[in-house]
Amino acid sequence: MEYIEMHTHMVSRTTDDYYQMALTGCVAITEPAFWAGFDRTSADGFDTYFQQLTEYEPKRAAKYGIQYYTWLCLNPKEGEDRNLAQEVLWRIPKYLDHPTVLGIGEIGLNRVTRNELKTFEEHVALAIQHNQLILIHTPHLEDKYKGTAIIVDTLLSDARIDPQRVLIDHAEEHTIGMNLEKGFWTGITLYPQTKASPQRAADMIEMYGPERICVNSASDWGPSTPVAIPQFVMEMRRRGHSDDLIRKIVYENPIEFLSQSPKFQLPRRIR
Amino acid sequence: MDFQPGTCPMTVQQLMDEYFIENRAKLLDIAAFLDRLDRGMNQSSSGDFRLKAFREALQVLCSKKPGRVKQIQMVFSDPTEEPLEKLDQKSACGAYDRWKLEEQ
Ligand SMILES: [Zn+2]
Repeated sequence: MEYIEMHTHMVSRTTDDYYQMALTGCVAITEPAFWAGFDRTSADGFDTYFQQLTEYEPKRAAKYGIQYYTWLCLNPKEGEDRNLAQEVLWRIPKYLDHPTVLGIGEIGLNRVTRNELKTFEEHVALAIQHNQLILIHTPHLEDKYKGTAIIVDTLLSDARIDPQRVLIDHAEEHTIGMNLEKGFWTGITLYPQTKASPQRAADMIEMYGPERICVNSASDWGPSTPVAIPQFVMEMRRRGHSDDLIRKIVYENPIEFLSQSPKFQLPRRIR
Repeated sequence: MDFQPGTCPMTVQQLMDEYFIENRAKLLDIAAFLDRLDRGMNQSSSGDFRLKAFREALQVLCSKKPGRVKQIQMVFSDPTEEPLEKLDQKSACGAYDRWKLEEQ
């Protein structure tokens, strides 16, 4: 089945992963800027990273017939350093007109500190100022509930925010309800150990319905798999769900959300 | 969240036939983990807050009420509402130390 991977970190993946994704039906990827697994030592390091995301990765993906897009930001794991955040924030606008940049992301919170929250608010302001879509990272594990609640409150307190143009990612059973109730899009991340399994993702979709929900792998440098979405497709089929429903989650919903950016196009062959 | 019968398209019999073995294996893994903790060296750290939360979560598993996943998620979650004044550690560890608050 054709699918769109809305959240993966291909800079950490091998070319063989692109191949496996193409073989399993991936037609487009969107890659948010995130943490490298270690802190970058300077704002210049982010410039290099943004060039990799905007210039190099689209070409790697194209070799496998995959359309590639990206989201830019200073990620929540490095959001505590306010000086670094401000140095990176002023560098972002020059990339925003690039044809493969869809918006600001993945921004959000990590340990839910006051500095992280300030860095998050400044990214939100930047997105509004430049009319960008927003992709949100919610904290891991014990920090997810509190962090998601603060992110949702912060966004709703700004009247300029249109929840339809924001996707709150890494939702789990205790946060998916608050994301959807307030009108946001939400992502369920299929990531071993620290996020959801294909089984639990299918359960949440059965209980909440398929509107404004996407699934993704968030595959990166940690234990993760670039073909998590095909595994989700298999789990949905195992339960007897229709291909129409599955296709809505893995293909049509991502198109509906991403098409709010005029830059988003699918590869020509499937239109 | 809708726990009504019928939100999953399989019958209970089909779910048992399809999913029983794999979930039985997961249960045995948890039992083996608890036994391993009993066999571990230096038992003085058996009061670890993560283990306290884990044992609370096991109580939820035995409940007959639906919504067990969400309840277990909340057992492990930070219940406070205010942001931290500054970063205490780089990464989450999987459970919140609620007992630390009681000791203070
Ligand atoms: Zn990510």
